[in-house]
Amino acid sequence: MEDIAVSIEDVSVRFNMQTERIDGLKEYFVKLLKGEVNYKEFWGLKNISLNVKKGEIFGLVGLNGAGKSTLLKVVAGVLKPTSGKVSINGNIVPLIELGAGFDMELTARENIYLNGAILGYTKKFIAEKFDEIVDFAETREFLDAPLKNYSSGMLARIAFAISTVVEPDILIVDEILAVGDYKFQQKCMNRIQGMLDKGVTVLFVSHSAAQVEQLCSRVAYLERGQIVEIGETKEVMEKYLKE
Amino acid sequence: MRIYIQNFLKYRYLLSQLVTRDFKVKYKRSVLGVLWSLLNPLLTMTILTLVFSKLFKSNIPNYPVYFLCGSVVFNYFSESTNLALGSIYSNASLIKKVYFPKYMFPFSKHIFSLINLLTSFIAVIIVMLVTKAPFYSAGLLFFIPVFYLFVFSIGIGLMLSTAAVFFRDLAHLYGILITALNFLTPVFYPIDIMPETMQYYVGLNPLTQIIQMLRQLIMYNELPSLRQNLVLLAISGVTFLLGVLVFRKKQDKFIMYI
Repeated sequence: MEDIAVSIEDVSVRFNMQTERIDGLKEYFVKLLKGEVNYKEFWGLKNISLNVKKGEIFGLVGLNGAGKSTLLKVVAGVLKPTSGKVSINGNIVPLIELGAGFDMELTARENIYLNGAILGYTKKFIAEKFDEIVDFAETREFLDAPLKNYSSGMLARIAFAISTVVEPDILIVDEILAVGDYKFQQKCMNRIQGMLDKGVTVLFVSHSAAQVEQLCSRVAYLERGQIVEIGETKEVMEKYLKE
Repeated sequence: MRIYIQNFLKYRYLLSQLVTRDFKVKYKRSVLGVLWSLLNPLLTMTILTLVFSKLFKSNIPNYPVYFLCGSVVFNYFSESTNLALGSIYSNASLIKKVYFPKYMFPFSKHIFSLINLLTSFIAVIIVMLVTKAPFYSAGLLFFIPVFYLFVFSIGIGLMLSTAAVFFRDLAHLYGILITALNFLTPVFYPIDIMPETMQYYVGLNPLTQIIQMLRQLIMYNELPSLRQNLVLLAISGVTFLLGVLVFRKKQDKFIMYI
């Protein structure tokens, strides 16, 4: 168990999709009495089992809706699985959707503190790392402007800088490297590479086959919430690209 | 239990950040800023005093203070539960993406309103000075009814925030309920103007009991009886526990509905 960073055992996630949306109390009771509340069960993930070893870069591929993001959310602890167990060995930093906690009315400075708090950092820690975050994001001139005046690229920079200022054991990367200009993307990649050199474990989702092939040591290929194939990058990618 | 406390401590900075954010956003670009927490009850009180001191002429000795004691309590309840109600679904984008204890959202709203409430007590003091009302030592115990109020409101807030995730109509419905509750709580009228049968029901209302306790302390230098305390302790404790239970049971499902 020592060398396993993320262990996923027989995890399933069920979504109850109402066939029609019922938003109101009255509507709900009327339908309930008529026996018309229909739920369509939908398995977002079904019986997924996999282990990610420490220091490994593990890729997840699959078409849209295959369950990649759902699986990442389960690992990040945002979504509780309907059945099965997930154990995490180490602290985790999810780079899922960056800047989810930004408040557009507040300034960048205030948002750095707010977002840091959402990620569970202490005030002292943020204060210490504040300059590092600002320097990395290269937004010092606009620190006291409200975020609503920022461009999306600048938002992404700040968000990435905040999220990666800690040194995680496990990093979850979901399609985020498509932000910012070319130079900043390079900077992000360098920072991730730097973490990798220190032996961080990565769960990686990308639609860029080239990126997956370049970075990952093992890959799982998902389809409709189930694992089709899991194994060495080369073999799995061959199969995935053929489909 | 220990894990919960550890988790709470880990995220306590988040709590203070959420509360400061609410204040910053609320008073953004307003010239008077936080002063409004003070001015608001004062101005409402002035209007209502002008209207009602004529209506219930000799019934209540110091109507401004009488009214303020009721209105600060009621406003706290109405503000905190209203904010808590929407606190989960309006933060959907966050809850879907990052893990942290979800009760932080409704809880931060109660802290926010509590600070407003404490500011409003300054208004009470100002009005007492202006109306030359006597200050009693029992008034220092004002925090006892405030404590019951706080615990009771958290329980209600947790239930509302949970229910609102599944039934959005609640947001509209609750506004009406609050108005009704306002009339069923002796905030701006003395309880004895009601017909006797109504008096009984109004007396059952926990807010009535909290307001009466506050008035006893501040206006009449009367210590609340043990029975009053036990009743309020029981009501607020049970409401709180019920709220926690409901919230805990449903919180993992939030993400599917917001």
